[in-house]
Amino acid sequence: MKFTKDWLDVHLKTNKSESQIIQKLNSIGLEVEKVEQVRNELSEFIVAKIIKANKHPNADRLKLCDVDIGKKDTLKVVCGAPNARDGLLTIYAPPGSVIPKNGMKLEVSKIRGETSYGMLCSESELKLSNESEGIIDLNDKYKTKIGKSFFGEKKGKNVIELSITPNRPDCLGVRGIARDLSASNFGKLKEPRKSKVKKNIKHNLKIKIEKNKNQACSIFGSCIIKNIKNTESPGWLKNRILALGLRPISAVVDITNYVMFDLNRPLHAYDLDKIKNKIIVRNSKKGESFKALDNKNYTLDKDMCVIADDEGVLGLGGIIGGERSGTEIHTKNILLESAYFDPAIIRKTAKKLDLNSDAKFRFERGVDPQSVNAGLDSAVELILEICGGEVSKFDVQKIKKFKDLEIKFDPKMASKTVGTNINTNEIKKILLNLGFTVKTKGKFLNVKVPSWRPDIFGEIDLVEEVIRIIGFEKIKSIEPDKKRTKPTLNYFQKHFHLAQRSVASKGYLETITWSFTDEKINNKFKEKLESVKIVNPISSDLNVLRNSLYPNLIFYLEKNLNRGFGDQALFEIGPTFTGKKPGQQITVVCGIKKQSIDEDSNLKKNDLVDVFHIKKDLVQSLTELEIRKEDFKVEENTPSYYHPGISGSIVSKDGNLILGYFGALHPKIISNTFGFEIFLENLVEYKAKNKRTKESLTFSDYQKSDRDFAFLVNKDIRAQDLTEVIQNIDKNLIKEIQIFDVYEGENIPSDKKSIALKVTIQSDHKTLNENDLTNISKKIVSTVEEKTGAKLRS
Amino acid sequence: MSDFEKKIFEFKNRLNSTQDSKEIESIRTDIFSKNGFINSQFKKLSSLSEDEKKTFASNINKAKQELLEIFRSKATEVSDKNLNEKIKKEKIDVTLPENEFKIGKIHPVSQVIDEISCIFSEIGFSVEEGPDVENDYNNFTALNTPEDHPAKDMHDTFYLDENMKTLLRTHTSPVQVRTMLKGKPPFKIIAPGRTYRSDSDQTHTPMFHQLEGLHIDKNINMGHLKGCLNYFIKEFFEVDKIKMRFRPSHFPFTEPSAEVDIGYRIENNKIIIGEGDKWLEILGCGMVHPNVLKNCKVDSKTYQGFAFGIGIDRLAMLKYGINDLRSFFECDYRWLNYYGFDPLDVPTNYRGLSK
Repeated sequence: MKFTKDWLDVHLKTNKSESQIIQKLNSIGLEVEKVEQVRNELSEFIVAKIIKANKHPNADRLKLCDVDIGKKDTLKVVCGAPNARDGLLTIYAPPGSVIPKNGMKLEVSKIRGETSYGMLCSESELKLSNESEGIIDLNDKYKTKIGKSFFGEKKGKNVIELSITPNRPDCLGVRGIARDLSASNFGKLKEPRKSKVKKNIKHNLKIKIEKNKNQACSIFGSCIIKNIKNTESPGWLKNRILALGLRPISAVVDITNYVMFDLNRPLHAYDLDKIKNKIIVRNSKKGESFKALDNKNYTLDKDMCVIADDEGVLGLGGIIGGERSGTEIHTKNILLESAYFDPAIIRKTAKKLDLNSDAKFRFERGVDPQSVNAGLDSAVELILEICGGEVSKFDVQKIKKFKDLEIKFDPKMASKTVGTNINTNEIKKILLNLGFTVKTKGKFLNVKVPSWRPDIFGEIDLVEEVIRIIGFEKIKSIEPDKKRTKPTLNYFQKHFHLAQRSVASKGYLETITWSFTDEKINNKFKEKLESVKIVNPISSDLNVLRNSLYPNLIFYLEKNLNRGFGDQALFEIGPTFTGKKPGQQITVVCGIKKQSIDEDSNLKKNDLVDVFHIKKDLVQSLTELEIRKEDFKVEENTPSYYHPGISGSIVSKDGNLILGYFGALHPKIISNTFGFEIFLENLVEYKAKNKRTKESLTFSDYQKSDRDFAFLVNKDIRAQDLTEVIQNIDKNLIKEIQIFDVYEGENIPSDKKSIALKVTIQSDHKTLNENDLTNISKKIVSTVEEKTGAKLRS
Repeated sequence: MSDFEKKIFEFKNRLNSTQDSKEIESIRTDIFSKNGFINSQFKKLSSLSEDEKKTFASNINKAKQELLEIFRSKATEVSDKNLNEKIKKEKIDVTLPENEFKIGKIHPVSQVIDEISCIFSEIGFSVEEGPDVENDYNNFTALNTPEDHPAKDMHDTFYLDENMKTLLRTHTSPVQVRTMLKGKPPFKIIAPGRTYRSDSDQTHTPMFHQLEGLHIDKNINMGHLKGCLNYFIKEFFEVDKIKMRFRPSHFPFTEPSAEVDIGYRIENNKIIIGEGDKWLEILGCGMVHPNVLKNCKVDSKTYQGFAFGIGIDRLAMLKYGINDLRSFFECDYRWLNYYGFDPLDVPTNYRGLSK
């Protein structure tokens, strides 16, 4: 909503300055978005001097002038005037300026192969006279003014632009703004002028609102004005229209716009002579179409509110008028409409047709249904003043009664909500000044809501009105209590926090990527999940919710590769989606690592990123999350986006929960890249079920002994199978098993491999003697051989 | 000189003249081993008379002590000398690079969420979360945003079905609804999380982060709201004083509603928060609308309170001088390294929020 101070003065008698008003508007909830000077377009025309008028190389009649405009360098300007000569003082129009005569906006352009930066002007082009022979020849007085604006730099008025919240349609008119200011002790709201116009002629056009289901129009007020002389608007009106950022068209159109912004009262003017027989306000039939004032054709659905005549649709009620019945400069007789349309229906229709207009913007927020006559009065007065003519009596068709809402208001509620004592008299005064009627009834106030305030429903809305006008700065701040009755983070959130920092501490950079991704990439990761499509995605490559964190991580990893970063470790912790219902999401930590192998560097080779490297990162993080090695086992089945032979899953010992995956990503997706995933809900569920309390520490001081074994096993026997068997032989004595070598190749059958491991044996009760050790060693060998088919290597 | 003395003299000489650790070891064997000189002298004792025995034994012991001392000092001397020589040769160019290490980083948004949680923890708020996918009821209807109302226009919503019933939450406010519906008052929560709006330009991203705050109890009024936000902003920006202004505004789910601006000034192209005469909009807040309480089965005659919503990304930008919102989600390696936080840099109350 835009307005100027002098426009505000029409409604408000105030001695406050513009800047005081701006500050006040902010503090009562009418946010000032910006204050902008109306550009004085003529200030751009500058006194200039032709230093040299050279011949144009490609055209005899043109000159290529070096022009001094008061800057360091001269400019090249192509000029066709015969009087362009060295030393001439004239007027220069820069690129971007608009030539008054023809409204043409200048651009830097090539004229016969030479670039011209602007234009030298004739008197007629600047509308100074009709002289168009040659460019302006200024006398010597202007010598000192080179570079200065010819017309002077008179400043334009300030246009104040408000960002009006959707609950305040009344402030989409200048009068509403004035009313709020007056209620804030910023002046007196002027009484509206009483119309003195005589309504002499007959309103002889039949008007009918059809009683359709969901009829959007409930009031249709109108009058006829005959024998007008439509014209260009006078200066004051043009300026106001320009201040709104609109284009002045003709007095009739400008006046309807003016009243709309003045009173938040949209109007529409029809060329009466173009209306066939009568006006019918009715619901549209499917497929009806019309050409609107924006020059576009609209084909309507069933049940949109149209203003029609016997020939068909004239316009969309409350949204946009039609071209067929539009007024023109030579229009003689008009029908002026002032109606009320239902906000929700207007909104629906406009949304369907993707149509926006100032009228629609107002109707969907709520126009004062009682302003039908005031709007007509105001417009009629102006039209008669500017265009002459005779006006008819007003015809108001109404199919619904509007009753002002009454609220029983306990004034104590204001103090209770705000926390600061507000006296009832002050409350009454504020409400009265805002246009409410207030009657005291015992402890309560009976408050009648003015018809222009569709946002007021109940007591709390009145409280807001009161405190808004009093000012939020009057509320006393209360220091918060430093008391905690509930833990800040719950069990899951603590793990989220720890997992995040744990993974980062392994050298991974945390990223935050969109929760959506490209369906094509997501398909490679969704496994059995269904794609969750977004109906209206921001772009076609962000069209599904992600089923995995990998698609986006890989996308950005590759982007960074292209930026020249070979070594990368990225991770994200966040939601992936398992369905489209609320709650069908899980929290995943996903890390991804890529190493650029530098053949020349010996320094790096000891830290090769391979499957065991990524497994270490994962297992270390799990350990930090207190998932110990004895809590999980490693299995080989992993999703298809991992390399089938170089990946594993971490499964809870009971086999019920998948805690994570790790491995090389499938080479078809990305080469030489390793990653892991942790499923945080599963992890936390497992931990919650297997909660441990820390027992007091016991350890054995008896001597421990290491025994080395090398077993020859079938290739499909996994190291974990072997260690599990050994561990289970005697959990008390076998303290640790360490695999230190796996060998395949020479001296070993091709279907076998050798696994060498060190077993640490220690008793908690005594020092084991040679005999004990031999016995347990024998048991290890026999059990392993029996359970895995292994053979001890000698 | 007796043979005994000669022998001892010889040993002393040998020890004194050598610098070789092997030679020293062999002298040690010659003197002190089982079959060495000292033991062989003791063996002689048995053939001597009692008197001679006494004298000789004392001589042997004396000689043993003397030799032992010389041996020890010599051994130390030689090993020191050898070690010194070895050390002299062990010169390494320590300006060569150390073993490679990679420092991971925490994203500024995560860091700021931790900072915020830390501040609100101090004044008794706990952290709640809700799903990213919401139904229309929790996101709009329960929050007093009617169908077909322009207030809905402020949220360009992503929908997951044609009926527009399932959507990506446009704000964290539905967590209010969920929290109130599943519990009993009082409520004192913050809810950080991802939020989504179909908007993408210089200053908007289709996904961003919000923090919701809700405090419902008997007699919680706007003074508490003011005090709470004032405390938060001061703590967050780690300044002693903060200039703040509350401007009336409109949100369907609060009444009265306010937007909060903080004062700032620009110095050397940097924003200085807390002083100056410029205003920066930073959050929206208000008293929870009675209709919302009703929808959430909370008796608005007994309970009232406030709610607020803050853009987390924007807070991070302001505090850490990040200019471009879009860069938060572009995962540029350089950006993550530069703006990210060390994982050990955990904001805490006793250490302070930032290093």
